[in-house]
Amino acid sequence: MRYLPLTPNDRQDMLTTIGASSIDELFVDVPEDARLDGPIRDLPMHAGEMAVEAHMKKLAKNNSAAGDMPFFLGAGAYRHHVPASVDHIIQRGEFLTAYTPYQPEIAQGTLQTLFEFQTQVARLFGVDVANASMYDGSTACWEAIVMARRITKRGKAVLSSGLHPHYVSVAKTMARFTKDQLVSEAPTLEAATDGADLLDQIDDDTSCVVVQYPDILGRIADMSVLAEKAHSHKALLIAVVTEPVALGAIKAPGQMDADIVVGEGQSLGVGLQFGGPYVGLFGCKQKYVRQMPGRLCGETVDAEGKRGFVLTLSTREQHIRREKATSNICTNSGLCALAFTAHMTLLGEKGLRDLAMLNHKKAVVAADRLAQIKGVSLLNDSFFNEFTLVLDKDTRPIVRKLADQKILAGVSLGRLYPDESALAHGLVVAVTETTSDEDVEALATALEGELA
Amino acid sequence: MSRYYTDEHEWVDVEGETATVGITDYAQEQLGDIVFVETPETGAELAQGDDAAVVESVKAASDVYAAVSGTVVEVNDALEDEPALVNSSAEEDGWFFRVTLSDKSELDDLMDEKAYKAFVDGL
Amino acid sequence: MSMLTEGRPTKQEENIIAPDSGALKTHTGNRALMVDEPLIFETGSPDRSGVDLPAAPSAESRLGGLDRDEPIGIPGLSEAEAVRHYTRLSRQNYAIDVGLFPLGSCTMKHNPRLNEKMARLKGFSDIHPLQPVDSVQGALETIYQLAEWLKTLTGMPAVAMSPKAGAHGELCGILAIRSALEARGDAREVILVPESAHGTNPATAAFAGYKVEDIPANASGRVDLDALKARLGPDVAGVMITNPNTCGLFEPDMKAISDAVHEAGGLVYCDGANFNAIVGRVRPGDLGIDAMHINLHKTFSTPHGGGGPGSGPVVFSEALEPFAPLPFVEKTEEGHFHLVEEETAEDHHESSFGRMVAFHGQMGMFTRALTYMLSHGSDGLKQVSEDAVLNANYVLRSMEDVLEAPFAKSGPCMHEALFSDNGFANGLTTLDLAKGLIDEGYHPMTMYFPLVVHGAMLVEPTETESKAAIDQFIGALRSVAERAKAGDELLKSAPHFAPRRRLDETQAARKPILVWQEPEEYAEAAE
Ligand SMILES: Cc1ncc(COP(=O)(O)O)c(C=O)c1O
Repeated sequence: MRYLPLTPNDRQDMLTTIGASSIDELFVDVPEDARLDGPIRDLPMHAGEMAVEAHMKKLAKNNSAAGDMPFFLGAGAYRHHVPASVDHIIQRGEFLTAYTPYQPEIAQGTLQTLFEFQTQVARLFGVDVANASMYDGSTACWEAIVMARRITKRGKAVLSSGLHPHYVSVAKTMARFTKDQLVSEAPTLEAATDGADLLDQIDDDTSCVVVQYPDILGRIADMSVLAEKAHSHKALLIAVVTEPVALGAIKAPGQMDADIVVGEGQSLGVGLQFGGPYVGLFGCKQKYVRQMPGRLCGETVDAEGKRGFVLTLSTREQHIRREKATSNICTNSGLCALAFTAHMTLLGEKGLRDLAMLNHKKAVVAADRLAQIKGVSLLNDSFFNEFTLVLDKDTRPIVRKLADQKILAGVSLGRLYPDESALAHGLVVAVTETTSDEDVEALATALEGELA
Repeated sequence: MSRYYTDEHEWVDVEGETATVGITDYAQEQLGDIVFVETPETGAELAQGDDAAVVESVKAASDVYAAVSGTVVEVNDALEDEPALVNSSAEEDGWFFRVTLSDKSELDDLMDEKAYKAFVDGL
Repeated sequence: MSMLTEGRPTKQEENIIAPDSGALKTHTGNRALMVDEPLIFETGSPDRSGVDLPAAPSAESRLGGLDRDEPIGIPGLSEAEAVRHYTRLSRQNYAIDVGLFPLGSCTMKHNPRLNEKMARLKGFSDIHPLQPVDSVQGALETIYQLAEWLKTLTGMPAVAMSPKAGAHGELCGILAIRSALEARGDAREVILVPESAHGTNPATAAFAGYKVEDIPANASGRVDLDALKARLGPDVAGVMITNPNTCGLFEPDMKAISDAVHEAGGLVYCDGANFNAIVGRVRPGDLGIDAMHINLHKTFSTPHGGGGPGSGPVVFSEALEPFAPLPFVEKTEEGHFHLVEEETAEDHHESSFGRMVAFHGQMGMFTRALTYMLSHGSDGLKQVSEDAVLNANYVLRSMEDVLEAPFAKSGPCMHEALFSDNGFANGLTTLDLAKGLIDEGYHPMTMYFPLVVHGAMLVEPTETESKAAIDQFIGALRSVAERAKAGDELLKSAPHFAPRRRLDETQAARKPILVWQEPEEYAEAAE
C-alpha cells in the first residue's frame, strides 16, 4: 500500500511503546457490536496505479469533453483558455498541500497571493474590499443577501428575474428556513432587462435588490438608477457577476454604486470541471467590511518591521464567534483563488481588456450569423459574450439531439426553467476565445437542419 | 457622582438620571489588545442583562451586557478610530455609552469599588 | 607543467572565525534561498502580459453604452516573471509535501499525485455542468460510484453529494433535519451542541435559523449523557455530535445518545470530520445517527490548497433520505444515469428541501476521492484508520511525561492526541511552543481548540507518516515542551528562522489594510 509507510515491524514496536498488545486495544471505546471484524464486503481490495488509472479513464471517456467539439454552453460557467503556467503554479506542492494560513510566519506564500487576489477582485468589481473567496457564485449570492439583512435589519430581498435560476433556487432554499422574504419572478423574453419593474418593488422593508450583470439572458443594463432608488429607501444594491471576464469590457458594478458585489470566478484559471470546485468572489464597500462573511487577509508588519500578511478581522468568523458568526464558512476555495489570481496576473489589464473584447466581438459576429437562420431571432440588444436566441421550436429536445451529433449547442431555457413554458423556445449561447468560426458554422448548419 | 461595578466587569457612573458605562481596567487587561468596539445605537432601549456592546481582541469577541436598563443617549465615537483607548484608559476616556436610567433601583444590586476589588482579588 | 590555479577547494580555511550569522546583513535583505518577493502591484504593469491572444474580428460593439473607460488597475507580468513570482512565494509556505503537518482535526495526510492526474483527464475537467445528461454519463457514474462507496463505508442508505465543504455539509444535514420535523408539523427551535464542538457546528445551526445550546462534557472529555438526557424535550430539534470527538476520543455512548434523542422526538447530526480514525472499522450507521458529513479533503486525501476547496458529502438515514437536496444522481434499471434537478412534473421528489448550490458539487474532488478509494480499497482503508490511530497513540504515550494529556488516563486516543499547557513556566503559552516548533522545521499542531482544554494542543500525525518521521517530530516536540516548562525566554520571540518573525495581528485588525493601495494613499492613511 503505497501511501502507508509503517512496516509490520514498526507497528509492533509502536504497540510495545504504547503498551498495547494489539491494534484492537486502541479501539476499546468502540462498542463491541459496532466494530467490523474484517474489510467491508462489497468493496474492492487495494489496487495499483495502473488499475486505478484504467478504471478512471473508462469513466472519463464516457463524457463529451467540450474541447472535442463545437461548444456553446455558459449560463454561469464559461470555457476559457487557461494558460499552461497556471496549472503548473497551482500544482506547486507548497500551495497545493498547504493548509489554511493559520501560522502566518510559514504561510506568507498563500497569504500574499490572497492579498493580491483580494486587491484584483476589488478593482475588477470597483469596490473597496474583497474577501479571500467563497465556495462559488451561488453561495456567495445568498451570503450577500444575509449580509444585507444584518446591515439593514430588514428581511425582504428583491431578486431580479435576470438572476441565474440556480442562484434563485439556493436563495429560496435558505430563505424558507431563515424566514427571509424573497420577491422573484421568471424572466420574460424581451430585449430590456427588468430594471424598471424592480424599481417599484423597492420599499422601506427592502433589505436589498439583487441584480445579475450581465443577466441570465446575457443582457446588460445600467444599475445606477436601481442603486439610487435602493439607497433612497436605505436598502442595498447587490450585483452578481457570473462572467468576470465581462468586467474587462463593461463598467464595474461598484462604479454604479453597488454596495456588495459577488460573483463566480470560475472563468479565470479554474476551468469547467462539471460545476466544481469553483470560486465565489465577494466584495463590498469599506463601511460594511465587518459584516462580511469568509476569511480576510490583511497587511501588517513582523517583529522586525518587515511587511507581512495575516488573516484578520477573524472575530467575524465561526471559529471565534460561533453561533454569532457572520457565516458558517470555514474551508473556502483557496486553490481556485490562486488559479484565478495567477491567470489574472498573466493577463494584466491589457490582456484582460483584449480578452474581453475578443470574446465580445466573436459573440457579436456569431450572434449575427445565427440570427440569419430562418426560425431564429436574437433577443438581445446588448450582450457581452453570451446572448439568447429565440427559436420557433422547443429548444430542449434540439439541444439534446445536437449533443448526440457532437455539437454542444448552448443552454436551453427549458433546462433552466423546466416549469416555464413561455421560455421553452429560448437558447442561451456563449461564445468565448475558444470558439472558432468553424464551430459557429457547425452550429448554424445543425440548427438550420433542425428548424427546416 | 457615584461609581458602581458589576460582576461582569463593567463600571457604571451615575450622575442624576444618566449613567455612563464601560469595562473595567481588570477586564481590559484580561482581554489584551482591544482592536474593535461595537457600541449600541443611540436611541436603543436596553434592559438590564441585554447584549449592549461587543469588545474584540484579535482572537476573541466578548459581549458587554447592559449593566442597567435605559435608553442609549450617547456612544463614545472616539472608540471607532481608536479602540486602544479601552486599553489605555478603560475607566475614563474608554467609556462605551451613556443611558438615561429607567430603573434606578437596579443600582442597589451593583458593587461599590471596594466590593469589586474584593471580587477581583477572589478570582 | 601548466599551473592552473583557478579551481579552489571549497572547504573553509582554518582559522577563519565566522561571525554569528544572525548578525550578518545582506545588501538585499535576502538570505540565500530565503528571498522576499514584492507584490505584483509593485513589479507588474498594466500593459505587460503573459498571454498572447489573436486579434478580435471587426464588429460594432454592443455593450449597451457601458464601456469600461477608466483604468482598472490590474498589473500584468510576463510568463517568466509570473512563474518566478509564484514559485518564490510558494517557498515561503509550509506544506505536507515539505514535512509532517500535525494539525489536529484537519487530517493533513499525503495527497497522492495520481488523484491530480485523474482529475485532469479532459473527460472530467473539460465538461460543463449543464451539458445534456447523455453527454456526461461517465461523470454521473463517477458521482454515483463515489456515493456508493460512501454509503457502504458509513452503513447509511443515502448520500447528498452537492455540499461544497464540511460546514456546507453540516448545513445540508441541519436543513434536512428541519425539513423532516416541519413535515410532521413539529416546529422545534433548539439544537444542542457540545462545548468542544468545532465553531462551524453552532454557526451552522444559527445560519439555519436555530437557537444553539451547549451540552456539557464529563470529566473524561465525552458528552455527559445524563445532562444531555435531562435537557432533551419537545423544543429540541436535534444534536450535533462530533464522533470521534474533537478531543480525539470516541464517544462510547453514541448509540445511547442517538436513542435518547430519537425517543425525545429529535434527530442526530454527526460531524464526521474525524472519520479518518474509524474508516473501514466502524460504520456510523450502526450508531443510530441520521446525518453525517464527510470531509473528502480530510479522510479521502483531496488537497487543502491553502484553505480550500473541499467537499462535504452528507450521508443520511432512512428518516432523512426523502429530504435530501437537489440535484442528485439516480441509476435507472437500464443502467442509465439520470440527474434529478428542480422539481418538474415527471420527478416525484417534492419533499427534497431544494438546492444548496448552483451545480452538482465538487466534481474535481469526487474524481480525486474516488481515485484514492480505489487505490486503497476496502482493506487499505481499514489499514488507514488503524495506522492513523496507532501513530496518534504513539505520540500520546511518547509525550505524556512532558506535556499534560488531560484525558489520556482514561485510555487510548483515536487519531489525534490532546495536550494542555499545564506546567509551562514564566508566562509561556501554547502559542510560544507552537512558534518554537516552527524553528524546529515543523508546522505546529492545532492550538487553542477544542476550547474545553486550557491552551489546547491537538496533534494529528495521520497514517502517512513513517515511524522515523514521527520519532523525529516527537524529539522536536519534547525539546520545545521542555523549554516551555523551563521558561525559556527565547520562545517568546520565536520563530527566529522563519521567513517572517511574529506578525502584529493587533495592528492588522485595528487598521485593516485588505487591498493594496498606492504608496501616496499609504502616506495619507498614516496621517
Ligand atoms: C471537527 C470539524 N468540523 C467541521 C469542520 C468544517 O469543515 P470545512 O472546513 O470543510 O467546512 C472542521 C474543519 O476544519 C472540523 O475540524
